[in-house]
Amino acid sequence: MSDMNTAMIEKYRNSFLSEVEANVEEGEWVKMCMQCGVCAGSCPLGNAWEHTPQKIFMMIRAGKRDEVLTSDSMWMCTSCYNCIVRCPRELPITHIMHGLAHYAKRLGIAPKEQPTAKFAQLFWDNLMKKGRVNELKLGVDLYFKVGEGMKTAMKNKDIGLAMWKAKRLNPMEFFGGHSIKDVSGLHKIIAKAQELEEARIAKHGG
Amino acid sequence: MADDKKFAGFICTGCGIGDRLDAGQLEAVAKREGKMATCQQHEMLCSKDGVQLIRNAIDTDGATHIMIAACSRRAKVEAFNFTDVAMSRANLREGVIWARPNTDENQETTQDMADDYIRMACAEVKFMTKPHASGEQALNKTILVVGGGVTGMTAALETAAAGFSVHLVEKTGALGGWAAKWHKRIPTRAAADGVLNGTNVDLPMPMDNDVDAMIAAVQGSDKITVHLNSTITKTSGAPGRFSADITTESGSTATENFGAIIQASGWKAFDASGLTYLGSANADVVTNVELEALAKAAGDGPIKRPSDGKEVKSVVFVQNAGQNSKEEGHLPYHSGIGDLVAIKQAMYFKAQNGKDCDTTILFDNLRTPGAAGEDFYRSGQQQMVIFSKGKVNEVTSAGNGASVSFKDQILDEDVKLDADLVVLDLGMVPNSGPNPYAVTDELEKLPFQERDKHKAEVEAKIASVTIESILNLDYRQGTDLPHLVNGFTDSHFICFPYETRRSGIYAAGPVRRPMDIKQAQDDATGAAMKAIQAAVNAGQGSAAHPRVGDLSFPSFRKEGCTQCKRCTVECPFGAINEDEQRYPQFNESRCRRCGTCMGACPVRVISFENYSIDTVGQQIKNVDMPDEFSEKPRILVLACENDAYPALDQAAMSGQEISPWARIIPVRCLGSVSLSWVTDAMNSGYDGIVMMGCQRGADYQCHFVRGSTMAAERMMKVGDTLQTLNLEPERVIVHEVAITDIERAPRLIKEMEEVVEKVGMSPFKF
Repeated sequence: MSDMNTAMIEKYRNSFLSEVEANVEEGEWVKMCMQCGVCAGSCPLGNAWEHTPQKIFMMIRAGKRDEVLTSDSMWMCTSCYNCIVRCPRELPITHIMHGLAHYAKRLGIAPKEQPTAKFAQLFWDNLMKKGRVNELKLGVDLYFKVGEGMKTAMKNKDIGLAMWKAKRLNPMEFFGGHSIKDVSGLHKIIAKAQELEEARIAKHGG
Repeated sequence: MADDKKFAGFICTGCGIGDRLDAGQLEAVAKREGKMATCQQHEMLCSKDGVQLIRNAIDTDGATHIMIAACSRRAKVEAFNFTDVAMSRANLREGVIWARPNTDENQETTQDMADDYIRMACAEVKFMTKPHASGEQALNKTILVVGGGVTGMTAALETAAAGFSVHLVEKTGALGGWAAKWHKRIPTRAAADGVLNGTNVDLPMPMDNDVDAMIAAVQGSDKITVHLNSTITKTSGAPGRFSADITTESGSTATENFGAIIQASGWKAFDASGLTYLGSANADVVTNVELEALAKAAGDGPIKRPSDGKEVKSVVFVQNAGQNSKEEGHLPYHSGIGDLVAIKQAMYFKAQNGKDCDTTILFDNLRTPGAAGEDFYRSGQQQMVIFSKGKVNEVTSAGNGASVSFKDQILDEDVKLDADLVVLDLGMVPNSGPNPYAVTDELEKLPFQERDKHKAEVEAKIASVTIESILNLDYRQGTDLPHLVNGFTDSHFICFPYETRRSGIYAAGPVRRPMDIKQAQDDATGAAMKAIQAAVNAGQGSAAHPRVGDLSFPSFRKEGCTQCKRCTVECPFGAINEDEQRYPQFNESRCRRCGTCMGACPVRVISFENYSIDTVGQQIKNVDMPDEFSEKPRILVLACENDAYPALDQAAMSGQEISPWARIIPVRCLGSVSLSWVTDAMNSGYDGIVMMGCQRGADYQCHFVRGSTMAAERMMKVGDTLQTLNLEPERVIVHEVAITDIERAPRLIKEMEEVVEKVGMSPFKF
């Protein structure tokens, strides 16, 4: 018997399922999955994932904590909501996927080089600066930090120029850009929300 | 007394019969050829007025035999219900006008058909006598229930509630059976209407065991006599007059008489001792039956493991242990309720050992039948019972607890899981008596040619296993109810859900198929109703299902009987014993009136008052046979009255055409078909014979179980007969026809028409 299997001796217990239930948004639904596989069959990106939602749910019950939380699968979700619509047990699968991604991120074990994860961080940082998304900066960040840099930028050159001409894109935004009226007020709101969430996590011992 | 016979014919001209056919000619045929003393026409014979016309002919004119030419004998049975005379019916509506297109060029053949059906009905009624009860019958309002578990007690209580008396015989010293040993019951109701889907909603939970209340009700009933520590040592007689010896453990015997019998002998758990690879020898590996005792012993406290009394903190349920498996020594079937039991038992641990007790159910196919079904599954999930589709390879044990090695079939990987306790889901094995047809059933699994070769070997194998009899019937055909499959006692799920092959004896509960308490209670109620019905029918001398109300019964001409015993062997219901002089003894109330004995008799001495070799044989002979060069072939169709005949009726109703050459005669069962009819038909010039019976074999759909099989076996010999007549063997064919074969049935007749076209007309037309 391999080491991997020996390490599984403590699996198929409630511990990780309980952890998910306490810490993941809509995580209390995971136990209600009946493993029919309709979600897996409905996902338009299903064959691009390492684990389908069905497998993720079974892995949670099997106690595969690290494999689940470091998986890039839930980052691949495009929120098309096909699975939610079709789930016979009415599980909010899309929300659980995002919940799991969020939880992994919070624990700092989400996959570092996952493009969706990286872009999500860029989006958040960008948003927090001025209280609104600076689309030009976000685009450039996306090309150079996630994409292939100049190559990606050149590919989209014509679209950018056309948007400039149509006054849908202001190149001056690259230098600072405008903000919402009360940025510090927004920061206070976010800080309060984070404080509430920390308290909730602390309560569940997460 | 032929002098007393008075024949009267009635022709209905309603429903378009009068428009399509020449009623005057039909009347002439009935009088001249059919020898009806009178024949009257009526524009709507089934109306109050028409029925009165017939009533008057019987009451005022003294008609004893009536021929009604109208719709199918399956239609208007309430209107044409004349039990005080012999009656035949010519099927002019479904059989002729609806089955033929209304065009000028078809007019002649359509009228030919109608004329023939009149001739046939007249011939039939001439050879009938009014059925009358045998005088053997008796109404006995006491029912014997064998088995004192939930099924038996329910049957007893329901029977008593209907005003009948009951003797309840239980082998052990206490009522309640297995169910009395259960800690809790599987819930019987779904979640309340309006309970939304959710993760913390009100779903069904294991119910309190209420068997004690049932035992008290049985003991408190003045209509129920309980015999504990007792068995049935002899059963004789027939419905309405069963006699049973009830013998106690100490050997004293009481003989009681009964109207009907319910066998609720229940089940036992599969013997787990052979499942050593699942750790059956380990202390902390228990069966689902044993777990009930552990849970009950714990009361509401935590369940402890047997090896050292430690509180169980983790438990694994291994589903389908030794069942639903093709391996030697395992049960080939699935008991159906094992997953419900596992969910119930997992919830014992959640309730008694704490919510953090890990409960894992390793299932193959999760099945949760019953009203609570899916809601109970969700209820288990809601309490964090873990369900995993896994195939268990091995359960090992080092010291206390056990390790389960299985393959997770969703994640496709091998896993080893430790637990304080492992529970094996064992299947239910019926407590059936020895199967009277064990050898035949076994042989029929082999190809026909190999049966003789293996007969001795199969007989020896069956004889080597001794099974204790439950009813000890003194029937010629075995001591107990026949088995259906896998040792479960007879019944038929399509044709007759409660009827067994022994009239008046009903099997109920898990001896019939695996089931839970609720299903067993429903089953017992049904059996109780059937038993009461059987007792009442026997009191009136009328048949049980499917010929309910039929007063006819078989009798035989003793001087013609050669004592060949074929009837006693082939009767599917074990109705025929042998008397002291080795002649057949027909137990009329055991008889289901299928006529299989009549078809079996090589010397044609067995008959019913309203159904005999002659009532059908004369119909065959009285068809007008056009000569060889007329281009009007004749095809005889013998159709089972339960399936093929209604299928043909429905074909006509839905506008399908039936061959104008066909002359269709309904038979009670293909098993009643005498070879002499085939020979006679061939001799009198029929060009082809189509026989339509029900599906036979292991998945039979024959109302009389073996009739269709017997017919098929007998017809194998027809080839020789045809050869001696120098006729082509394809002129005779046996088909399996279901009641739903509405398009196929007429097509099969059409196919025979094509065969006749190919091989030519019969040379035997005179």
